[in-house]
Amino acid sequence: MSDVFLPSAEMAYSSPDAQGFFGPYGGTFVPETVVPALSELAEAFCETLDDPAFAAEYGTLLQDYVGRPTPLFSAERLAEAVGADRVYLKREDLDHTGAHKINNTLGQVLLARRMGKRRVIAETGAGQHGVATATAAALLGLECAVFMGTEDMRRQSLNVYKMRLLGAEVVPVADGTGTLADAVTATLRHWVERVEDTFYVLGSAVGPHPYPVMVREFQKVIGEETLVQLQGRAERIPDAVVACVGGGSNAIGMFYPFLRDLPPEKRPLLVGAEAAGLGLDSDKHGASLAKGSPGVLHGFYSYLLQDDAGNPLEAYSISAGLDYPGVGPEHSHLKDEGLVRYEPVTDTEALEAFALLTRTEGIIPAIESSHALALLPHLAAELGPGALIVVNLSGRGDKDMDIVREGGLGGE
Amino acid sequence: MASNASDCVAGLARGFAPDRAALIVYLMAGYPDKETSLAALHAAARGGADIIELGVPYGDPLADGPTIAEAARAAREAGFGLRESIRLAEEFLSEAGPDAPPVALMNYLNPLMRMGLEQAAESIRNAGVAGVIVPDMPPDSAAPWLSVASGLDTVFLVAPTSTPERMQKVGERSKGFVYCVSTTGVTGERAQLAKDLAELVDRVRSFVALPVAVGFGVSGPAQVGEVARFADGVVVGSAVVRRQGDPAEVEGFVRELSSAVRAARS
Repeated sequence: MSDVFLPSAEMAYSSPDAQGFFGPYGGTFVPETVVPALSELAEAFCETLDDPAFAAEYGTLLQDYVGRPTPLFSAERLAEAVGADRVYLKREDLDHTGAHKINNTLGQVLLARRMGKRRVIAETGAGQHGVATATAAALLGLECAVFMGTEDMRRQSLNVYKMRLLGAEVVPVADGTGTLADAVTATLRHWVERVEDTFYVLGSAVGPHPYPVMVREFQKVIGEETLVQLQGRAERIPDAVVACVGGGSNAIGMFYPFLRDLPPEKRPLLVGAEAAGLGLDSDKHGASLAKGSPGVLHGFYSYLLQDDAGNPLEAYSISAGLDYPGVGPEHSHLKDEGLVRYEPVTDTEALEAFALLTRTEGIIPAIESSHALALLPHLAAELGPGALIVVNLSGRGDKDMDIVREGGLGGE
Repeated sequence: MASNASDCVAGLARGFAPDRAALIVYLMAGYPDKETSLAALHAAARGGADIIELGVPYGDPLADGPTIAEAARAAREAGFGLRESIRLAEEFLSEAGPDAPPVALMNYLNPLMRMGLEQAAESIRNAGVAGVIVPDMPPDSAAPWLSVASGLDTVFLVAPTSTPERMQKVGERSKGFVYCVSTTGVTGERAQLAKDLAELVDRVRSFVALPVAVGFGVSGPAQVGEVARFADGVVVGSAVVRRQGDPAEVEGFVRELSSAVRAARS
């Protein structure tokens, strides 16, 4: 089982082109004011890729500060409950600050410091990316402002408090529905104004080039470790690898090494779980890949929930981290190419999976990650006896206690 | 894409005169409703607007400040989008006749994509609209649009942050004029003009043969008069949109701005 893990030239999965296009998706569709800043960022980011000093500093932080590598845990009681032979959980919930977000914010804030920026800004939905950015800024001594929708501030008041404790300014965004999409817009606007001294730390694999590829590079450690850990315990290549997709950073971080390092016939079934909210037939969901159509939002071209006139629609999910009307451009490309399958998961299914993991394994997952867990019974049935499935457990559920309680779980 | 002399004469260039700066007036299509915005277009033309920039309401107006964003929201609630905005422009242009100031649509990219770039370009052309300004389509990302938009002047923007190479690129790809953003940030009235604005315009001019119009943060007659001394055009947006509910007030205000432009170099 050894050599199949080694990359070879002819299997190479294509990265974005020089303009940041994954197939037709991605690109740079932003006001001129920030185009020079994006070019400067792309250049600085490319330099870090070839810089051993940057890699060493980042690697040390991932190990000693984030706590990497995170375990690959064999969830035996969960596997039995869902009818799979083996289920492995990639424990990103054990990262410092409780989710995969910190992998990316440390990378970007290091880059900001290297570029001589003294101030970072970020958008946040559930607050995880905001907390991770405020954390990295505190660690590296940079000023930090986080833009957050007022509805999300209400849903995630604990994270608001944490960010303030960490020394960040939390800027309420009351526009629109007061959720993630509004926060992204507000952050972009602010960046247009303060572009000369401010670095925008984008939290997902979305936005104009180079953000999608940069976020992937800072998250790919998830999939790389997973491959090594499977190999280390003499496991075969899994039948399926599952992750939830909002903007899609934890998913691309998990999927990319499998796409890059394995030839097509050796690749596992890669499955992304999108938020179906109250159902795909309702207008309350965040399933841009299942129900959207290509368009431009927040500076990039991708699948998008939009009306007939091309205005972005409001997305909905019980999880604040998945209610985004767009999706990372690489996921749009992977969908069209048939390289990843995307499945909708409703609020109810996610809550059921949340309860199942909690009771079978004593692990309380984020509701976002619960969307990925919810696909397990279906995949186990589809793959048949002996199924080996890896789930990216992207975050822990502490932040979701109030929502879960409102959803009626655990009250009996 | 071949351009010919008749394109230029028919296009936005017609709004510029050699001896003074052009007054470019921004209005939001469909705000506060269709009839009032049509009346405001006529009022701006009577008041002396040399070019009219007609904003198309969009749900995520990234480059716009609170005044225009709020007007866009209200216009969308009144049922306005790209289709309705093009129809409004057509109605205005056919009513106002051959002396009407040329109209440019200020339009975010996604509504054009949603309609289909080719069909959008054709509808805009057929309506008699002279050009488009797409604030979230920098020149490097404009090839698909430019390949279907012949006969329309696509105006690109330069910003204080633009490098010389980018100013040159904007100068090469732009048609009609170049839109110089006065300051980093979004549209909207500001108490003071950006400092070094005249220098910025000079810098842009050294890379650009087309007229250079300045916008973002230019509001009253005094600021307009100041910008008109060194720029080829002055764009006033939020200050007009704020008055758009009352076309008579728009006409009076545009008249004041027009006088300021005319007095600037006398």
